[in-house]
Amino acid sequence: MRALYSVVLTCLSTLPASAQDARQTGAPADWPLPIHDTPAMLFLQADRVEYRVMDGDDAYLWDMQGWFGSDRHKFWTKMEGEGTIEDGVDDAELQALYSRMITPFFDLQMGVRQDVGPGPSRSYAVLGLQGLMPYWFELDGALFFSDKGDLTARVETEYELMLTQRLVAQPRIELNFAVQDIGESGIGAGLSSAEVGLRLRYEVRRQFAPYIGISWERLVGDSADFARARGSDPGETSVVFGLRFWF
Amino acid sequence: MITRRNLIRSATMLGGGFLMQGFIPVWAKGGPGYVPGATPRTDSRSGTHDVDLFIAETPVRIDGQHGTAVTLNGGVPGPLLRFTEGETVTIRVHNRLREMTSIHWHGILLPFEMDGVPGVAFPGIKAGETFAYRYLVRQSGTYWYHSHSGLQEQLGHYGPLVIDPKEPDIVGHDREHILILSDWMFDNPYKVMAKLKKRSDYLNFQQRTVGDFFKDASKTGLGAAISDRMAWGRMRMSPADIADVTGHIYSYLINGAGPDDNWTGLFQPGERLRLRIINAASMSYFNLRIPGLVMTVVAADGQPVQPVEADEFQIAPAETYDVIVTPKDDRAYTVIAEAMDRSGYARGTLAPRSGMSAAIPALRDQPLRTMADMGMDMDAMPAGHGHGKNHGSMAMGGPIVARHGPSGHGPGNADVAAVQRSRLGDPGTGLETIDHRVLVYTDLKARTVYNDRPPERELELHLTGNMERYMWSFDGEKFSEVDGPIPFALGERLRLILVNDTMMEHPIHLHGMWMELENGHGDLIPRKHTISVKPGERLSALIHVDAPGRWAFHCHLLYHMEAGMFRVVEVTPYDGEEA
Repeated sequence: MRALYSVVLTCLSTLPASAQDARQTGAPADWPLPIHDTPAMLFLQADRVEYRVMDGDDAYLWDMQGWFGSDRHKFWTKMEGEGTIEDGVDDAELQALYSRMITPFFDLQMGVRQDVGPGPSRSYAVLGLQGLMPYWFELDGALFFSDKGDLTARVETEYELMLTQRLVAQPRIELNFAVQDIGESGIGAGLSSAEVGLRLRYEVRRQFAPYIGISWERLVGDSADFARARGSDPGETSVVFGLRFWF
Repeated sequence: MITRRNLIRSATMLGGGFLMQGFIPVWAKGGPGYVPGATPRTDSRSGTHDVDLFIAETPVRIDGQHGTAVTLNGGVPGPLLRFTEGETVTIRVHNRLREMTSIHWHGILLPFEMDGVPGVAFPGIKAGETFAYRYLVRQSGTYWYHSHSGLQEQLGHYGPLVIDPKEPDIVGHDREHILILSDWMFDNPYKVMAKLKKRSDYLNFQQRTVGDFFKDASKTGLGAAISDRMAWGRMRMSPADIADVTGHIYSYLINGAGPDDNWTGLFQPGERLRLRIINAASMSYFNLRIPGLVMTVVAADGQPVQPVEADEFQIAPAETYDVIVTPKDDRAYTVIAEAMDRSGYARGTLAPRSGMSAAIPALRDQPLRTMADMGMDMDAMPAGHGHGKNHGSMAMGGPIVARHGPSGHGPGNADVAAVQRSRLGDPGTGLETIDHRVLVYTDLKARTVYNDRPPERELELHLTGNMERYMWSFDGEKFSEVDGPIPFALGERLRLILVNDTMMEHPIHLHGMWMELENGHGDLIPRKHTISVKPGERLSALIHVDAPGRWAFHCHLLYHMEAGMFRVVEVTPYDGEEA
């Protein structure tokens, strides 16, 4: 953990201080700059904030991310969690990452993740890659090393299909993997769970889009066996209603 | 001898502008659009000229909507400044904003300290302060002026600048009108810029949909439609990416008047009418035509060219064209300037009497980028890619003249023009298949030989960018990432080679010196201050480096410049140089 923090700090300290000076113009140093091409900006996007209707308790979910920074260097945060109307928050996680542009379409991300909620409270080191793949697939993949020594991975991919200029179908796939069995979390080694969703949103404005959709989740392999042993259903289908927005 | 032509001309000059004659109903009706403001005071004995310009925030009304603009002497656009070649002008600029401002005299040859780029030429004009620009006017023609501070230009800070030649004008005309085209938004441009950084296509409501796919499939066959989508998808680029800022938020203006305001320029049938057309838009290319009238282009970027007829032309931001039209009939003619992406248009009217109008032609089909724009070698591609006749993917695009080297220009650049074409003969995006005469750069031929000295040095610069991240640069480096100015040597003759690795047009502007566009006319190549470089294009210009000092060099799409597509050229030696 400590090692990871120092890596993040080292990366942050290589951020060019204020980035611009009179070098580029050759003009007196006390003159203003002609342009400001590296402004620090704040971005927040709620990709999924939704109500989920399913067998048993209805649930809710949030999946948001945001960043502060400029083109090449960003502080990136991801917040995700779910819960049921009856029992409240089931599990939630928060990631704090340093994100660095490494290719035209991809950022390398590293930092920490903290799980909160009633389940086991874990801390992780995170190493991830986020960006746009050929053929317009959004990709967010990360490795998580927990403070218990477990290694897991998650890959999310989304695609945006314009039905009209404002009506957008968004298929989404999320796969979770584990290198080893993680008993207390009921996770088995290998592919542990998959989620496939299709959401249809209407962009009232580009920044504001209500949606409806369907989501199908399933535990896989040993994870499914563990669930069955606990007497719960390894698969779940929900109809979702939500809001996507950014600013 | 006083002729009718001279009378009209002096009348407009004495009025201090072309717009104060009550020609323009919308302004005459008390719309806040145009305020005459500074009437230049000419002292004919001393050959000097004094003007005061006041820059302030002022409420404006455009097409019935209210907004706030950065105005010059109370109006958008600013007042016409009309000088005569050979006089020394003094222009006092009074900053009544709460922020810094500046005025750059676009296309004007002057000492670099008077060029008006904050941080390059001078420290800028602070809030509440006055700066006196003073320079000898050494040229004539149609030019313009605008802010070089932040995104103020987008907020209305621009105006026309016309310089009459010392000798009688060779072109000759009975009457003239200035048409300053622009793009106006009621939104805050700084917020628009930030949103483009977050989602660069958020203003594009002409994207490719599933419906378009099926239309293409029925037109070209399923296989061709799929392979076309795959080719674009593989590059992570969209053929519908024509303009970053669109008619979704823009109103396109002529002389500050929206399409409904209908700016009107008067004529008497049979008159030789000179239209001085200036594109002062921040982000919009226009395709301009006047149905029913042939335009004879007589000047480009203020410099005379041999007359050439055209029914339509594309004009990049910052370019100017002078055209002659001779309306014979006693009727109204519509001036229509479609935004290049056809998400809207600017419209005005030429008419024998005010209050008249003519039919407004419908916007033509939305254009799409081609594989030539992508810098791809269509012959090297498997059948189907780009060879399908779908939406002009197979347009010629011009001959291949070079291939790209191994450098990808780093992560700030998303694409390279693998093959580079000569596109000076291309009419421009959206005009490839128009069946009337469209002006092309190869039509421009100087009237006189400016300089027949061969170049001693070549300099190649690539126009680069990353639409997804909304980063724009030269050679993959934003302005803040370079180590210093581009050195030019005083007195040298330079060939500047520009290669556009991106998928969009970029109007490239060099301050302080002409670029002579090598368009195949030998010694009669035309001078330009702004050259539009097409996607995947390689072109060159000759520069006679005769202006010592620091000069801005940049893309004149305002948001591209602000995103980093900007450099300083330093011409040495000069007096201010640190040894």
